[in-house]
Amino acid sequence: MEIKMTGIAKAFGTNQVLKDVNITLKAGEVHALMGENGAGKSTLMNILTGLHKADAGTITIDGVTTTYSSPREAEKHGIAFIHQELNIWPNLSLLENLYLMQPKTNSLGMLNRQAMLQEAKAKCEEMKIDLPLTKEAGLCSVGQQQMAEILRVLMLNAKVVIMDEPSAALTERETATLFRMMRQLKEHGVAIVYISHRMEEVFSECDVITVMRDGHTISTKPVKETTVDEVVRDMVGRSIDEFYPDRTTTPGDVILTVKGLKPKEFKNTISFDLRKGEILGVAGLMGAGRTEIMRAIFGIDSHEGGEITLQGKPLHFKKPEDAIKAGIAFITEDRKGEGLILDFSIGSNITLPNLKQVCPTHVLNKNKLFDFADSLSKKLGVKTQSVHLPASSLSGGNQQKVVIAKWIGLSPSIIIMDEPTRGIDIGAKRDIYDLMNELTSQGVSIIMVSSELPEVLGMSDRVMVIHEGAVAGILDRSKATPEAIMNLATGGQ
Amino acid sequence: MNRNVTDTIKKLGPLIGLIALFIIIASLNDSFLDFSNLRNLLRQVSINAIIAFGMTFVILTAGIDLSVGSILALSSAIMANFIVGGMNPEVAIVAAAGVGIILGGINGIVIAYGKVAPFIATLATMTIYRGATLVFTDGNPISGLTTDPTFHAFGQGDIAGLPIPAITMFLSFLILWFVLQKTSLGRQTYAIGGSEKVSYIAGIKINRVKIFAYALTGMLSAIAGAIITSRLNSAQPTAGMGYELDAIAAVVLGGTSLAGGRGHIVGTLIGALIIGTLNNGLNILDVSSFYQQIVKGIVILLAVLGDRKKA
Repeated sequence: MEIKMTGIAKAFGTNQVLKDVNITLKAGEVHALMGENGAGKSTLMNILTGLHKADAGTITIDGVTTTYSSPREAEKHGIAFIHQELNIWPNLSLLENLYLMQPKTNSLGMLNRQAMLQEAKAKCEEMKIDLPLTKEAGLCSVGQQQMAEILRVLMLNAKVVIMDEPSAALTERETATLFRMMRQLKEHGVAIVYISHRMEEVFSECDVITVMRDGHTISTKPVKETTVDEVVRDMVGRSIDEFYPDRTTTPGDVILTVKGLKPKEFKNTISFDLRKGEILGVAGLMGAGRTEIMRAIFGIDSHEGGEITLQGKPLHFKKPEDAIKAGIAFITEDRKGEGLILDFSIGSNITLPNLKQVCPTHVLNKNKLFDFADSLSKKLGVKTQSVHLPASSLSGGNQQKVVIAKWIGLSPSIIIMDEPTRGIDIGAKRDIYDLMNELTSQGVSIIMVSSELPEVLGMSDRVMVIHEGAVAGILDRSKATPEAIMNLATGGQ
Repeated sequence: MNRNVTDTIKKLGPLIGLIALFIIIASLNDSFLDFSNLRNLLRQVSINAIIAFGMTFVILTAGIDLSVGSILALSSAIMANFIVGGMNPEVAIVAAAGVGIILGGINGIVIAYGKVAPFIATLATMTIYRGATLVFTDGNPISGLTTDPTFHAFGQGDIAGLPIPAITMFLSFLILWFVLQKTSLGRQTYAIGGSEKVSYIAGIKINRVKIFAYALTGMLSAIAGAIITSRLNSAQPTAGMGYELDAIAAVVLGGTSLAGGRGHIVGTLIGALIIGTLNNGLNILDVSSFYQQIVKGIVILLAVLGDRKKA
């Protein structure tokens, strides 16, 4: 079996995710698909399995042009996609999960549980894995859930198995089992697409590496003929243009020290410091734990031990309220879920954390609230006719400005920004960068978590790289190159 | 501009419904608009309205309180016991309100700190408080409480032709309207119902606001109970049964969303008036109480369906 995808292009609205993608998958080959977040890897695989329709390009399977209308149809033809977010029903047992969509029934049309159990057991033995088949799936480890998912795919006689970051949530032992299963599949002539950010795994387990960037396939090389450095260069290979304003502020003394912080469910502790007027970029791959660290610092999620010292004073935040009192603001990555009450007016959103400050008597003064919201909205250049309009009437970029406005109203000394420019247009991005510069020149310190490497490089005074819940390194601006960051982020040296 | 117009119509919807109801019933029976009947109507409405005002706060936080009827009964029984024991009846009313705050506060604490779903938490306390009432009274009414005229006036009296329960209702309305619309506490009540996550991250003391809402509802239920007890000069262990449904209906009829974050107390007042007018009007029209239930249910359904369409 050979699958050839040629000249694939796909746009979502005005966002051209795939421009010109060419990739060939062969039976018995493990094909690594690599690239930064947003490079288009998942979209490409979703096109292959029929979730999305390509705008241009062809897919041929053994020379025959093919398109599937749905992932279910693709599965029927032996092409299965195991997503990072597993499709399991947590309330059903692993066995019921395996057979929900293709149950075995007896002559009366009743479920034949015994037959299903026997078949599944036999399959487990064949793959040399040990699964608690009758246990509720939600109570099984992620690794067990994933193995069950792979098992399900195998029972469909899959010829192509696509795995999206399968090892991200696994323990070392589970990962080893996963690799053993992959090798077995390979021996059976299954083609595997392995989407991963982990260099070591890719180089030890895969045969071919294809790198994607900005909707193009940049290179396809056999693992034996390439190096980590080369792959990283292919992944990031762009220069940072004049898009980012110059950093003019020189960071001052240390204002915040985080020492030995252990967010819940982290194996490692986190330590770093932040200077006055500094922008500390926080880079890392999706799922590395950057957001969790920030949420632990701000007191949204609890943490086990560790010290946070603000201007020499040790602090312990149990809830966001405490952090806010200490002068820290948190701009969430989940604008719609955690940043804004979309039903509320722009003004009510901006004044929400500032009610006490604007109306110290707790009796609301309409004019004062309006002036407060209106001036902040204007300062940030929110494009709206009136702050009385609901927040839901704004575009993404303007919504983000409202989120920032509501926090700036508190005059914080430290602002944590989690993906401050995600999903917003270029103009608004530049506005936000300029604002970050203005704030730091006034002595505000910023921690900026970002998955966009150019943004991290363009705006940060220092870059902290997180890899698998640990600080992989902190780089000065002069030493922060795309290669150095990607190397640390993928667990390289 | 357009938006404002539709907004206004939406806000006026319940009021238009109430006026229509008035016109229909008045055209079918002359005595409906008699001053004495309208006074009677207000007196009947006041108990449900007072409870529903509290319920509005609770529902705006995306909660619900099923225990209002049981709180009403238990606080009344305790009040009656105090009076029988020799306490000044006016002081006993204040004590009953205090009991209501405590019982409602317990609801709030279980919901806020115990993170129990409001429906379940108040379903449980509804049963517990009712059981406690039966234990406390041994299942018998506490009757013949007092001859104190001020106490009797609380449920039966008039000032300048207005029933005192109605005055209590209007006073609570004014105070609570102010709290909800004009204070940061009110704004935060809306915010929690709009998005608890956003509110938490914005540093709002979510637990305190929730406990306030339930404690307030408890207090208002106790005040409603004191009105009933004053009227009957007796505390009934089965008082207030099913009152939670009338209160919720009034809130919903007034346009407040059960999902929280949207609505207003003006609507609740109108909603309570609609329910009261229906009860009163159908009685005057001699409709059997069996049919009354059906009509009430249909009106609630129509009101909510109409609201959906506009949204």
